Amino acid sequence: MTLDLLRFTTAGSVDDGKSTLIGRLLYDSKQVFEDQLAHVAQASERRGGEGTLDLALLTDGLRAEREQGITIDVAYRYFATAKRRFIIADCPGHQQYTRNMVTGASTADVSVVLLDARRGVLEQSKRHAFISALLGIPDMVVAVNKMDLVEYSQERFEELRAEFEGYSEKLKGVQRITYIPMSALNGDNVVSRSAEMPWYDGPVLLDHLEQVEVAYDHPGEKPARFPVQWVIRPAAGETDYRGYSGQLASGALRRGEEITVLPGGLRSRIAAIDTFDGELEEATAPMSLTLRLEDELDISRGELICHPEETPSVSRELSADVCWMTPDLLRPGSRYLLKHTSRTVTAVIDSLEDQLDTHTLERIGAPTELGLNDIGRMRLRTSAPLAFDPYSSNRRTGSFILIDESSNATVGAGMIAQDA
Amino acid sequence: MSIATRPQLSHLRALESEAIHVMREVAAEFERPVLLFSGGKDSIVLLRLAEKAFRPAPFPFPLMHVDTGHNFPEVIEYRDRRVRELGERLIVASVQESIDSGRAVEETGPRASRNRLQTVTLLDAIAEHGFDAAFGGARRDEERARAKERIMSFRDDFGQWDPKNQRPELWNLYNGRINKGEHVRVFPLSNWTELDVWEYIDSEQLEVPSIYFAHEREVFRRDGMLYAMSPFTELIDGEEVFTDTVRYRTVGDMSCTGGVVSKAQTLEQVVLEIAATTITERGETRADDRVSEAAMEDRKKAGYF
Ligand SMILES: Nc1nc2c(ncn2[C@@H]2O[C@H](COP(=O)(O)OP(=O)(O)O)[C@@H](O)[C@H]2O)c(=O)[nH]1
Repeated sequence: MTLDLLRFTTAGSVDDGKSTLIGRLLYDSKQVFEDQLAHVAQASERRGGEGTLDLALLTDGLRAEREQGITIDVAYRYFATAKRRFIIADCPGHQQYTRNMVTGASTADVSVVLLDARRGVLEQSKRHAFISALLGIPDMVVAVNKMDLVEYSQERFEELRAEFEGYSEKLKGVQRITYIPMSALNGDNVVSRSAEMPWYDGPVLLDHLEQVEVAYDHPGEKPARFPVQWVIRPAAGETDYRGYSGQLASGALRRGEEITVLPGGLRSRIAAIDTFDGELEEATAPMSLTLRLEDELDISRGELICHPEETPSVSRELSADVCWMTPDLLRPGSRYLLKHTSRTVTAVIDSLEDQLDTHTLERIGAPTELGLNDIGRMRLRTSAPLAFDPYSSNRRTGSFILIDESSNATVGAGMIAQDA
Repeated sequence: MSIATRPQLSHLRALESEAIHVMREVAAEFERPVLLFSGGKDSIVLLRLAEKAFRPAPFPFPLMHVDTGHNFPEVIEYRDRRVRELGERLIVASVQESIDSGRAVEETGPRASRNRLQTVTLLDAIAEHGFDAAFGGARRDEERARAKERIMSFRDDFGQWDPKNQRPELWNLYNGRINKGEHVRVFPLSNWTELDVWEYIDSEQLEVPSIYFAHEREVFRRDGMLYAMSPFTELIDGEEVFTDTVRYRTVGDMSCTGGVVSKAQTLEQVVLEIAATTITERGETRADDRVSEAAMEDRKKAGYF
């Protein structure tokens, strides 16, 4: 059984046809409304002359983008079929928008990497693939677009697949890559099967998106992680209710189970799993719920409830890959606020270990600083212990953001390393 | 641990869980949140989500309605009843008062609307009460500018939104740090569509104001939309008043919200109608968004909902 909500991200080089592809998905799955279409038809004719319909305009966002004709921020799109509801994080492809790509990828289950069949595997497509892998997206689709411009040639498709496969060997964490030849402009292999490419017997894009399994399909496979967000205590005197609320980040919890509360290590049992709709015997990720415990413990926001036999690391030191999101340089010795699950602490960058070259995928040794859109491995020390997992095994308890206390800006996106 | 088959979350439950998480984050990280409640379907869903997030305790924030004075009476009646049922506190910020005190200037002519004036009243009320976070029911599927807005969206000390300089929003980690005088708008329904909202209202069996169901009403046609006759209406030459069976897809100011011809009398019928519709909610019913290609973007930058 699969979750009926799928989040995917798209990115590619400018002009690979990303906007056209999304427009095509929306249009062919009949998600475009008449007034939107009229609007797009009008705008297309203004730009391209009578009779043109540029589906790319369907995903047109802000005025600055319309003026410059580029996507500069993540935009979210929604469509549904009988099988699933989809959320698209539509990301810009330029290097200068790496941070937007990271943002879009952070919540995605699938990433759709676009290639232009004529131009081949360009740097931006590689960067997107790399970032998707770094952000832990297990399922990747390589959409080889504009097949109509290479005479729907199987040979060209195989050539590109081979080239990308060579590159993708270095992408850690990606469990499956599906290659699909398509023409977003003409609609081949996007929603309906192409008559032009009888040699292709794989799935068309929409079928694949409808069927692919996502992380939450097997919530029980992961250890339970429940960060406490909020303590529910009705006004004193009225009742002695005390509930610990939060969203189950992974795994499952059952009534009666023994739990431990980190970082302190106190133990108790689950007395009840409450929701507004009544008590539950068992809850699975990603549900929001409220736990009552058998013992009266003093637990507050930022602590983590889990099973005592499956605990995460608890430490004040960690090692992580950080994508830097601001022009102010990151240097060892700098201090930031670090928000991890529902806990915010102060963190110091102890050392910069290396930097990732998003082109060659090599790690290059100890840089002195990181600039906007750079990604590097660093060691951090925190003012209080955190309970965390490696990002590769848990995206919720393995991620954090860094906040600059003077500007309040979100300046870094961190993914905790295996050997943290 | 065993990997027995477990009940799966439907997309509505997944969206619900995400929204509850957002609400609890805001309650925990801000000192003075407020929930904007208009009596419309989206804010009705917000109230249910707040119940799910905070009961059995009272909400850790008051509710606030920015009242244009040109509302549908059915909606005001519903608003007051719902607030009483919940036992929560409602603040009413009045556009009429902003006009009377000279803070806002009434538009004139038959196409006048108090829609834009709401921004003044809203920002004044946020400042007066010292609110640092305001929950709104806006969704990203509504409109192109909204498609890019964050779930937690920063507003500077003038209440302005800067679409080109938004904070990156990663995973479900929201950065709620602001300085005094600034605030955030929070949109827990960002990832919901209009259909999701109606399916949720149906599955939760929530009561909604009667104008969401088909009813007979005196209307007139303008710019291709059906507007309700009201004490505030000024007809333009040639416009005729007639009676039709309509319902509303959005509830806004009577002066700029159009009805749609409909037979839907129950929640299930509304869900079916929305699932089959070929026109967007705002395109069909909101004159305020038709003004220009970037009408919403401009209003949002100035501090609108
Ligand atoms: N021939 C052909 N042209 C395409 C295809 N997909 C997109 N295009 C064209 O390529 C150009 C760039 O497409 P667009 O979707 O705007 O690219 P984006 O910059 O990646 O969003 C436009 O002129 C599209 O019409 C395709 O499959 N075949």
